[in-house]
Amino acid sequence: MSQEIIQSPAFRVAASTLSGRIFGKYRKTAVATESPRKDAPSLTALSLEGITLSFGGVKAISNVSIHIIKGEIVSIIGPNGAGKSSLINLISGIYQPDQGRIHLVGKSFRRVPTQRLARLGVSRTFQNLALFKGLSVFDNITIARVKAQRATFLEHLIGVGRARRERLDANERAERILDFLHLRPSRDRLISTLPYGIQKRVELARALVAEPDILLLDEPMAGMTPADKLEMTYFIRAARDEFGITVILIEHDIAVVMGLSDHVVVLDHGIKIADGTPDEIKGNQAVIDAYMGVVQEE
Amino acid sequence: MPTWAWYKKNKTNKFIVMSDFDWLFFSEVLVGGLLAGVMYSLVAIGFVLVYKTSGVFNFAQGSMVLFAALTFVSLVERGVSFPLALMATFALMTLLGLTIERTVLRPLVNQPPITLFMATLGLSYIIEGGAQLLWGAQVHGLELGIDDTPLEISGMLISKFDLIAAGISAAMVALLTAFFRYTRIGLSFRAAADDTLAALTIGLKLPRIWGAVWAAAGLVSIVAGLLWGARLGVQFSLSLVVLKALPVLVLGGFDSILGVIIGGLLIGALEKVSEVYIGPFFGGGIETWFAYVIALAFLLIRPAGLFGQKLIERA
Amino acid sequence: MTTPSRPSLPLLKNPWIAPLLALVIAYGVVPFLSGSYVFDAILTPFLVLSLAGVGLNLLTGYTGQLSLGSAAFMAVGAFAAFNFNLRIPGLPLVASILLAGASAALIGIVFGLPSLRLKGFYLAVSTLAIQFFVQWALTKFGWFSNNSPSGVIDAPPLHVLGISFDSAVGRYLFTLTIVTILTALSWRLVTTRTGHHFIAVRDHELAAKVLGVPILRTKLLAFGLSSFIIGVAGALWAFAYLRTVESAGFNLDRSFQIVFIIIIGGLATIRGSFLGAALIVVFPLILSRLGSFLLGNIFNSGVLEMSQRIVLGTLIILFLIAEPNGLAALLERLKRRIPLLS
Repeated sequence: MSQEIIQSPAFRVAASTLSGRIFGKYRKTAVATESPRKDAPSLTALSLEGITLSFGGVKAISNVSIHIIKGEIVSIIGPNGAGKSSLINLISGIYQPDQGRIHLVGKSFRRVPTQRLARLGVSRTFQNLALFKGLSVFDNITIARVKAQRATFLEHLIGVGRARRERLDANERAERILDFLHLRPSRDRLISTLPYGIQKRVELARALVAEPDILLLDEPMAGMTPADKLEMTYFIRAARDEFGITVILIEHDIAVVMGLSDHVVVLDHGIKIADGTPDEIKGNQAVIDAYMGVVQEE
Repeated sequence: MPTWAWYKKNKTNKFIVMSDFDWLFFSEVLVGGLLAGVMYSLVAIGFVLVYKTSGVFNFAQGSMVLFAALTFVSLVERGVSFPLALMATFALMTLLGLTIERTVLRPLVNQPPITLFMATLGLSYIIEGGAQLLWGAQVHGLELGIDDTPLEISGMLISKFDLIAAGISAAMVALLTAFFRYTRIGLSFRAAADDTLAALTIGLKLPRIWGAVWAAAGLVSIVAGLLWGARLGVQFSLSLVVLKALPVLVLGGFDSILGVIIGGLLIGALEKVSEVYIGPFFGGGIETWFAYVIALAFLLIRPAGLFGQKLIERA
Repeated sequence: MTTPSRPSLPLLKNPWIAPLLALVIAYGVVPFLSGSYVFDAILTPFLVLSLAGVGLNLLTGYTGQLSLGSAAFMAVGAFAAFNFNLRIPGLPLVASILLAGASAALIGIVFGLPSLRLKGFYLAVSTLAIQFFVQWALTKFGWFSNNSPSGVIDAPPLHVLGISFDSAVGRYLFTLTIVTILTALSWRLVTTRTGHHFIAVRDHELAAKVLGVPILRTKLLAFGLSSFIIGVAGALWAFAYLRTVESAGFNLDRSFQIVFIIIIGGLATIRGSFLGAALIVVFPLILSRLGSFLLGNIFNSGVLEMSQRIVLGTLIILFLIAEPNGLAALLERLKRRIPLLS
């Protein structure tokens, strides 16, 4: 609960005002520290430095460091249990690493504040779908604009001024994303009535409408038909090309990975065994061994 | 800070005040509370049994205790012998449990836990209403043949009944713990709770297991019903008292028998001690809510209870 | 559920038509119809319980926070209204009631703080702490009941702007107005972004958090608004329905009653609270008539009470098995069968 309070805007304003008063011109924000990698802020989207994570004795991730450049599509691959989902959960602040730091938007974190994730410019999807079943597709998408909204509940109750503007703005952006992802026919449908592939696309829409800088996709194509997968690949690439988003995805389908990615990271039992372009990975013996011959040209 | 030697040399007022404190009385109160706590644990075990094996929080446990007590005492009052009444009640409780499993829980097997909880809430209403419709709503006294004479143990006055009741409860708890841990059926209970689908694939007959669990819960209800009934009289408010098992569960975790034992002792002791020492400042009656407030305060520090398994949210 | 914006519809399909029609009947027709019994024993309690249901639905139905302590908040509302009215001379009646709601809201927010760490059953058990504590405090400290020997409080005369609402019809209209306003506001609330946040927190709290939905603020808002409405319902229960209350009337059974109302009526619907309350208020009356008709003298008040419990429990289970979305969903299905209305 104290984390909630510390991360609330009220506390931060109070803290920075107070510290400003005490230190005069040496103002500091109360929470995040400046990243040491200030020399190349414009190129790095995200980097993990020496991350180790264990769950009660089992080491999920051991000393993993990854450096991701802005605008690239990175795939994280590896056999089951390699720690891939844990990495995404680490980046989204659901887990805290035992060691190491996460560098994001010029700040360095031990534990990424999940509540502030959207405002930091990070969006994610979930492996097992995390849509709001009580809301329609449209409402699932508009709700993602909350990060940019300031109106209070009373203002929304009355429905004028700032609240109205924000609502119309969110609606407009949602409509655009609906068209971008070909989701118009499902606009007012309830989530539970939609096929799996469409639901996955809705989740992508929800992640995109927040206009993130970094997009984390946790197995976005799991359980999809080849046709759906092709469409999804197209959408992911289009999202990067159109909006300049850095995409980090976990994926099992190696063909998809090779075709889509600029950069591939391979994990096995929590250790990074390879890191490079798809071509470099293809020929890497360690990777081939890890998969035991699964990595092939499709 | 003054040292111990300094205290001995100066013998300040503090010592005189300390020796005025009636340690004997406190011990009596404490022991009384601990014994009551063991009985709370017994009721809580009934909850844990069902939860551990079927993931259902059986809110109707309290009403089952009432039903068991009421059935037994009514049979005895109608001239049925003690052992026969006991067996008949056990048979009835098992039948009740099996009926519940078949008619209420099976149709709801895939629903979210909150739905199942609501269902057991409705169930508790049915059982309470049914019990009193069947046997009447008067208060019954329950004689178990145990005198409520005070025993003197190292200067403390302890109720003989409390002691024996606690002993019986402790025995039952030990029995059930051993059952869960060391027998094959116990293991299959836990397997069924952990992963229903997996349990099915390895050939565990789930309906049979669940039926057995409810029978065990019924047995616990009988023992708890008899003990609490003898203590307080068999009446409607019995199910309310039994609701006290909930803070015990909160403290000990919903799926840990050991936790429930310790939780029960803690709750029993704290409740009794606070009623006697803090209660008078407020005119008494603290017992109605103190246990819950302890549980609440505790939850704020440890949201999963003393021994409950911390759920790691897997995204 | 959200009501997506649609172009103008044929009159019958407009979602506003049913409530407007109901209001027209409630204000224009009903007051001239029945005798005082119908108002005092059926309509007024039905309205008050519906309001309590609306309040609880905001918290439990929409935001997914189970609360078993609703009766305690009703008690707070009742006793607070009594005290505000008694101790602040000249305070208008409606102001007392609103302040009572605010008091309940304050307590709700404080007791809602644990909801950030507690979920499901653990939260439910902690709401029981409120239930038992409030009941005890209101009985124990005589100040709350102005030191009346039995802990009973009496309602003041219902005067608003010089008009007396002290007849059966008057109390009904007084209740109807307050209930209508608060229900309308609640309805509006759940269609706005706040309502969406409630549902998001209920359906997948983690995803909501990741999106940036302020979890604590949303939950506290739910607790606060819900408790406010339930507090006002409690004040109405005391002032407009029973006229004299004691804290024993706000016991655990009452809390369960409200929970049953929203389950039977339909979680996360506004109309569900009304449907559920209607059933809860009406069925004991039907049962008692039926009982004494079929069984004669055996059917005394004790038997009636127990039978009520059995029927209620059975209804809950039946609804959960057959129609978990309650009467509201049942009604929707029936409406679809009638082509004129669908």
